[in-house]
Amino acid sequence: MFPFTFQAAADEDAASRAVRATPGARFLAGGTTLVDLMKLNVERPSVVVDINALPLTAIEELPDGGVRVGAMVRNSDMANHPAIRSRYPFLSQALLAGASPQLRNMATTGGNLMQRTRCYYFRDTAMPCNKREPGSGCAALDGHNRIHAILGTSAQCIAAHASDMCVPLTALDAVIHVNGERGPRTIPIGEFYLLPGDRPEVETALEPGELITAVDLPPLPFVTRSVYVKVRDRASYAFALASAAVALDLGDGRIRNARIALGGVGTRPWRAHAAERTLAGARPGAAAYQAAAAAALEGAAPRTHNAFKIELAKRTLMRALARAEALA
Amino acid sequence: MIGDAIDRLDGRLKVTGGARYAAEWPGDGLLYAVLVQSTIANGTLAAVDTRDAAAAPGVRLVITADNAPRLPQNGRAAVNPPAGRELSLLQDRTVRYNGEPIGVVIADSFEQASHGAALVRPTFREEPPRINMQEALPTATPYVRKILGTIEPSHTRGDVDAALRAAATVIDETYTTPIETHNAMEPHATMAQWDGDRLTLYDSTQYVYGVRRFVAKTFGIPEQNVTVIAKFTGGAFGSKGSAWSHVVLAAMAAKQVGRPVKLVLTRRQMFGLVGARPYTVQHVAIGARRDGTITAIRQNVTSSTSVFEDWVESASLQTRMLYGVPSVATTQSLVRLHVGTPTFNRGPGESSGTFALESALDELAYRLDVDPIELRVKNYAEADPETGHPWSSKSLRQCYTQGAARFGWSRRKPHPRSMRDGDQLIGLGMATATYPARRMPASARARLMPDGSIAIEAATHELGTGTYTVMSQIAADALDVPIDRVRFDLGDSRLPENPISAGSMTAASTGPAIDAAARALRDRLQSRGVRPSDLDACRTAVSQNGGPIEADASAQPGPETERYSMHSFGAVFAEVGVDPDVGQIRVRRVTGAYGAGRVLNAKTARSQLMGGLVYGLAMALFEDTLLDDRTGRYVNADLAEYLVPVNADIPDIDVIVVDEDDAQVNPLGVKGIGEIGTTGVTAAVANAVFHATGVRVRDLPITLDKLLSHPAGA
Repeated sequence: MFPFTFQAAADEDAASRAVRATPGARFLAGGTTLVDLMKLNVERPSVVVDINALPLTAIEELPDGGVRVGAMVRNSDMANHPAIRSRYPFLSQALLAGASPQLRNMATTGGNLMQRTRCYYFRDTAMPCNKREPGSGCAALDGHNRIHAILGTSAQCIAAHASDMCVPLTALDAVIHVNGERGPRTIPIGEFYLLPGDRPEVETALEPGELITAVDLPPLPFVTRSVYVKVRDRASYAFALASAAVALDLGDGRIRNARIALGGVGTRPWRAHAAERTLAGARPGAAAYQAAAAAALEGAAPRTHNAFKIELAKRTLMRALARAEALA
Repeated sequence: MIGDAIDRLDGRLKVTGGARYAAEWPGDGLLYAVLVQSTIANGTLAAVDTRDAAAAPGVRLVITADNAPRLPQNGRAAVNPPAGRELSLLQDRTVRYNGEPIGVVIADSFEQASHGAALVRPTFREEPPRINMQEALPTATPYVRKILGTIEPSHTRGDVDAALRAAATVIDETYTTPIETHNAMEPHATMAQWDGDRLTLYDSTQYVYGVRRFVAKTFGIPEQNVTVIAKFTGGAFGSKGSAWSHVVLAAMAAKQVGRPVKLVLTRRQMFGLVGARPYTVQHVAIGARRDGTITAIRQNVTSSTSVFEDWVESASLQTRMLYGVPSVATTQSLVRLHVGTPTFNRGPGESSGTFALESALDELAYRLDVDPIELRVKNYAEADPETGHPWSSKSLRQCYTQGAARFGWSRRKPHPRSMRDGDQLIGLGMATATYPARRMPASARARLMPDGSIAIEAATHELGTGTYTVMSQIAADALDVPIDRVRFDLGDSRLPENPISAGSMTAASTGPAIDAAARALRDRLQSRGVRPSDLDACRTAVSQNGGPIEADASAQPGPETERYSMHSFGAVFAEVGVDPDVGQIRVRRVTGAYGAGRVLNAKTARSQLMGGLVYGLAMALFEDTLLDDRTGRYVNADLAEYLVPVNADIPDIDVIVVDEDDAQVNPLGVKGIGEIGTTGVTAAVANAVFHATGVRVRDLPITLDKLLSHPAGA
């Protein structure tokens, strides 16, 4: 770990100012990613700005029927909140499928949005990584890439996005509130994560020093019929090999509307718009789900060890769709 | 008393933080050391720039090959594998694996030392490394030295070629296992403190006397100048059986700075520097008659080692003795890779070897359409087929019978994919477990103290296995006193010498020595007319004696080892559920039945066997040390990516200990249960997965992608 200056921020503006003032400064929320990466010398911030005292811990019901979750709400608190459990079941399920109880008690909503990849080579400073050190190369392309992404990859980076929480948030079109030099603004989650392209080191649409303050979950009544299915190598405390967050709007024997996002397979939480379109108006059932799965994985680009993820993601999605359909 | 399921005596200390582990000893003016490691696997250290590191806040000293003190014989004075390992002691500039220690930074705090280590800038002259096991297989050479100094590395009886040619059916397959890294919960740690030319080491070790001998020789100082203390070791599994580089480097650092120095490995540093189970590639051929009589077995094992020390995973040994087969040929070969030297790991040899042998036997059972237990019973070895010696005891038949009954083996439908529970494919598999019953010379002292307590001393080790408890039980039993009169002390090289706590030997080696010392003390007291249970009489006797009344004793194997073959045996049963769509495997139930001589404590024994089974499940489904083929970097070197089971992966585990009297192994009749729990499990799970899915996975670990990518599907 490299030496750093520790500051506690009193309010949002002070926090943002403090981070803007020093290139490479970092906000510290739960620390479950940042501190880990600092110990590995992957993150070497000269200033760490603690935002744990900021009053961003509320879960509020909004007049339009949506829910606003403060950036400092702990993952376990969000997962167990009655409004989340009843109105956004797949979000609660995804949170509880992530990490371990100890980590969920520390990890925050804003921090989870900023979770970094588990790519082995990103985490090892002795290896090249375009995300960690732009222009140094990508060791994962021809290295161990069983856990890597098959969607949204580039010749510079195939690192998978690691979050469970962000998968249902992406399906929901959650809206992220940020505050920084330009003042408060919102970013739809669909525009929040950038594809790696030629600049894998730039992961989000955040501007320097912008602080995530809250996430809005839009009112979407049919999301009560939603599930999160996660497939992983062990029963708990493992990242997804493939996951699917699915919400179905059923009526008159048809699928009126569907929301689908995939985890573990994309370089960002992966919204499957094409798959949603194949389902719109279709009769629920295996045939429709198979078509949706094929559409969702269209264009997948596997490397040496992760080709199995194509079939695995399809089957995971089909299972999620079938389970969502079967909900009372 | 012996055998009673009493709670472990050190349980409260452990759960309250009162048990002191190596890294927790205080030191006056303690400094902290952190290793600097190579980032290439093969080449030389051309130069190392330590200026920034030396100038960093808190840094006291940076030691590299440029300024390291010269050790006798370039640091190789104590090298005598596997008891004395080839280490990396900054005596030369050769780099032989990625992560090899190339320096030590000593600072006022751990954080400052870590920071300093990151500022050291080495320059390497790099050569291409040899990392990939499959690609390196053609370079394999036979291993010809004796295993553990006593066991012939290869074995031939009968005419295997002819028997295989004549066999009605032959199973001929190759099984592979990955590098498995021990990952004890407690990282390796050493605190070193010099007082003139006397050295004290607080070390996380399985062998205080071994570390003492090795370190003394390496520094060229008398053994009696070195004291090694290990009151509690937080899991070891073989990786703490010998002194690795960091132990000597901690002592070197302490000497150079003239202050006590603590060196604790990070989790990442536990990959490569402190051993691991090597790769194995095991070619097994089994020939049999239609009725299931096995006529021949060939097993050729190739395992990986480092380029600087030959260490062999003896995965062929059980094949020589486990079944009554007339023609058997086994060999061991080595492939030298640019990796850290492997070492003993959780049932070394038998754990990986039974995966191949017991999987192949299962394949034979399906080929012949016989029940897997029947096949094994049909080929039961009534005496050791390798030596011809009778078994000192063997209860394997009872293990099969009792295990099968408890597990409900009769429920099993013989054909693959024939059992379901809802959507899940269900599979039942079994395998034989086995591990040698060995012992080594050990000694102990029993002392009646002024307060009437009985101090028992033996330099053995508490690795989490219950040594404090079972040894106290043995002493209390021998003296016929309540256990709270006994105070057992271990883990200090000033106490009577004991062997390494490894190879399932502690109970069988140290146990009889303590029994003998306690009995000798009892006799001494009785000759004074004092019953040990009479507390007042004991106190009076000590007072009259003018100090503690002592008795020393030792115990060692005798001629019985030439007349009998000594092994533990067991039968492992596993039920798996496989998700047919996504291939996820869950072990639903495990039953292990063991005949392992006399049990010293029913509770700690069950825990230890259960722990062994859990590690077997880890090998079967999870453990896999990934090396980057191009660089030899240990890729998944943390506990988030190097998978071991979490609680949710572990099902109900049912442990049966079969009654077994063994009058030959040692005076206590104890065989040791440290390793047998891990053997056989991988095959039982692999066999269950085949039964569930029809997919035979011969390459550990069994992960869902291997089922999904198989033509038969999951």
